[in-house]
Formats: sequence, C-alpha cells, structure tokens
Amino acid sequence: MSLIDLANPTRFLALSARVLPWLVAATIILLTIGLYQSAYAPDDYQQGATVKIMFIHVPNAWLSMFVWGVMSVASLGTLVWRHPLADVAAKAAAPIGASFTFLALLTGSLWGRPMWGTYWEWDARLTSVLILFLMYLGLMALWRAVEDPSRAARAAAVLTLVGALNLPIIKFSVDWWNTLHQPASVMRMGGSTLDKSFLIPLLVMAIAFTLLFVTLHIAAMRNEILRRRVRSLQMMQASRVAFSSDVGTASRQESASKGVA
Amino acid sequence: MTALAALIRRDIKIALRVGGGALIGVLFFLTVVVLMPFAVGPDLALLSRLGPAILWLGALLASLLTLDRLFMADHEDGSLDLITMSRTPLELACAAKALAHWLAAGLPLIVATPVLGLLLNLDMVATGAVALTLLAGTPALTFTGMIGAALAVTLHRGGLLMAVLVLPLSIPVLIFGVAASQAAITGPLSFGAPFSILCALSLVSLVIGPFAAAASLKHGLD
Repeated sequence: MSLIDLANPTRFLALSARVLPWLVAATIILLTIGLYQSAYAPDDYQQGATVKIMFIHVPNAWLSMFVWGVMSVASLGTLVWRHPLADVAAKAAAPIGASFTFLALLTGSLWGRPMWGTYWEWDARLTSVLILFLMYLGLMALWRAVEDPSRAARAAAVLTLVGALNLPIIKFSVDWWNTLHQPASVMRMGGSTLDKSFLIPLLVMAIAFTLLFVTLHIAAMRNEILRRRVRSLQMMQASRVAFSSDVGTASRQESASKGVA
Repeated sequence: MTALAALIRRDIKIALRVGGGALIGVLFFLTVVVLMPFAVGPDLALLSRLGPAILWLGALLASLLTLDRLFMADHEDGSLDLITMSRTPLELACAAKALAHWLAAGLPLIVATPVLGLLLNLDMVATGAVALTLLAGTPALTFTGMIGAALAVTLHRGGLLMAVLVLPLSIPVLIFGVAASQAAITGPLSFGAPFSILCALSLVSLVIGPFAAAASLKHGLD
C-alpha cells in the first residue's frame, strides 16, 4: 500500500472509512488522559493555576505550524507529482489550521493578560503568528473565489509554498528578537527545561491534538471528495438537461438557418 | 538579453504614456498623505513623529494600487500568452516586468518623498532616511506583489482578492522599513540592523517573486 494507491478516491474512501472509527476512539482516549493529567498537574510556583493554559495553548500553536507544513507537502504533491488527492488534502486542511491558529492566539492572549498585564503585544512571535492566521484566511478566500477546483488548487499551491517561508520566521522569532514571549523550552538543544510533571501532560496533549487534527483532516477530506462527486453529478445532470433541450432548439435553428440560406 | 531589455523598455513606455497609469500611484500617494493631517489634526509635532509611518503606509497602498495592472493589461491584449510561449525563460521575463514596473511606478514614489516630507514637517535627515528605506524596501513590495498579481490574472479576479493575498506578505517590509527610519530619526537603536534586514527582504523577494509568479502563470494560464 503506497501513497500512489490512494490516488484512487474510491480506495481512499474505503480505507479511511475503516480507519476513522479507530482514530476517533484513540483521539478521545488520549484527550481524556491529557486533560485529566493537565487538570491534576501541580501549580507553578510563580504563575499559579494559570500555567494550565499552557496545556491547551502550546499544542494549538504547534499544530498551527504543523498544518501549514502538511499543506505545503500537499501543494508540492499538486504541483510536482500531480497527485489527485493532494489538492483535496490541502483544501481540507486550511480551515482546520485556521481554527488551531485562532485558538493559539486566543488562549495566548488570555494567558498574557494575567502574566504580562496585556492581552496583546506587538512582539515578534505574536505578530508572525497573526500573519500566519491572515494567510490562512487569504488562502480560504482564494479557494472560495474560484469555481473550478483544479484551477484554484494550483493557485493555492503556489501561495501555500510562498507562505511556508513564514514558518521558520515563527519558529526562530523568539531567539532572533529578544522580546516578551519566552524562548523555546521544550524542543531545544541540551534537552527540555520543563519539569517532568509539566512535560508529560504537555506531550500527551500534543499527541492528542495531532491525532485530533488527523481525524478531522481525514473526515474533511472524505467530505470534500463526496462534495466533488455531488458537484460532478449535478453538472452531468445539468448538461444532460441542457443537451436534451439543446437538440430541439439546435435542430430548429438549423432548419431555420437553412431556410434563410 | 536584448529580449529582456526590449521588454523592460516596452513596459516602461506603456506605463508612462496615456492610459498607462503609473503616475496614478504618485497622485494617490499625495492624496493619502494630504488626508492624514485631516484625520490626526494639524499638530506639527505629532505629524513629524508619525511622518515616517504615514509615508511608508502611503507608499505601500500606492504600490498595491498599481500592481494589478502588471499582468492584467498584457493578459487582455494577448501579449502575456506570447511572453509565456517565447524562448526567454518565464522567470526572467517576470523579473523584467517587475523591474520595469518598479522603475515606472516605484521610483516616482521615492522622488516624491522629499516634497511630501515637507508637508509632514520632517527635517532633512528624517526625509533622507525615509527615502533611503523606501528605496531599499519598495522592490520587495513590487516583487512579492507580483505573486499576487500573477495569481489574480490566472483566476480572472483582480482587485480585492489580490489585496487580501499580498498584504500579509508585505507586513515584514513595513515593520522593518518604519523601524529603520525611526531609528535614524530618534531611536537609541542603530539604523544599520533594521536597514540590513530590509535589504535582505528585498533580495529574498527578488529571488522568490519571479519563480512563484512564473509557476502560477505556467500552471494557471490555459
């Protein structure tokens, strides 16, 4: 079973129908464990109970970048390999990624209010994530602006790859510009600086959120494939109706023009 | 090489003659700057503090205004198809078109900056700093905007969609452009660091822009 076997939408639908219930179950179980662990994680000695926002905020922020990464790979699939499901994957991922980015911004500002004393600060990390959010919205506008899906797919793929330049800027913005947002503390050289009692719930939550994305993404891809089938069926129906009435008028017009000639 | 030079000369000629619309950008720039004192009040001290930001914002909007003509006119009269099919690589042709557009529509904005700086009560140093940062930064606006223009022409949707696609990409240029000019005028920070980043942004967009625009033209036109 390789990636190219999934190029057949029917095969993809069959396989995903079998996988999806297991994914849903795994997501629910991991989310329950993660939420339970984060609720019972100890309070921070400085931040108190507000530190628990981290268990929601950080996975959302990771996912907001991860989803754009997935979309970039899918865009390469559209432009280079012409994989038929790549543009379906890219289109289905955009609204999910936009939601994760919005939640990261929202929880971040709720966390920032008690910690930094402000909901919003024009610091490098916050600004670059806001740009990411605006680009998600622009991409969704692009998908909605064009009727023909394959034409929209190629335009969106170019824009997605250009936007991927923003990802390293977001990742390293806290190291390059020393501002309010704290530098990376989990994924860094020389091991994590986070205590184990925080790190384990955080990692569980990160895996749970990734599974949540995969589940939602596959479900959205199935919807998109079915939506396209409905659309092509409607087009066929419309062209059949138009053709059957067209034959009548065309033959009449033909006889009329012959009459004129 | 001669083909590219001919393309640049042709584009500049079309842009500067009647109906070309390159100088509309300067007029728009002037109007935006003149509108500002009505919005914030004619306080000269406040205007000179906001001056660099107003000039940068005006230049950004003015360059966005003329960008959708970059491919649209050529697409309408069919010469864009000839350019895509010619033996010159499409990436180089796109770069040449963007360069011509910058020479015709971007440079006049920079030439107009000293006059507009006078209206905003900026002194010599401040005006010079803003003009210098605009000179370094506007190529980035043109070359990233070209991506949006190419996408818009393949989708037969111009105007607002292009603004939505291009504006997020131009935020870094705006940030470092204003930061560099503020640093030269008042700031304790050095002028060199944000100005170098601004130049780097322009150079990066010089490479990325033509490739992305050519890719979207190649895949989108049919």
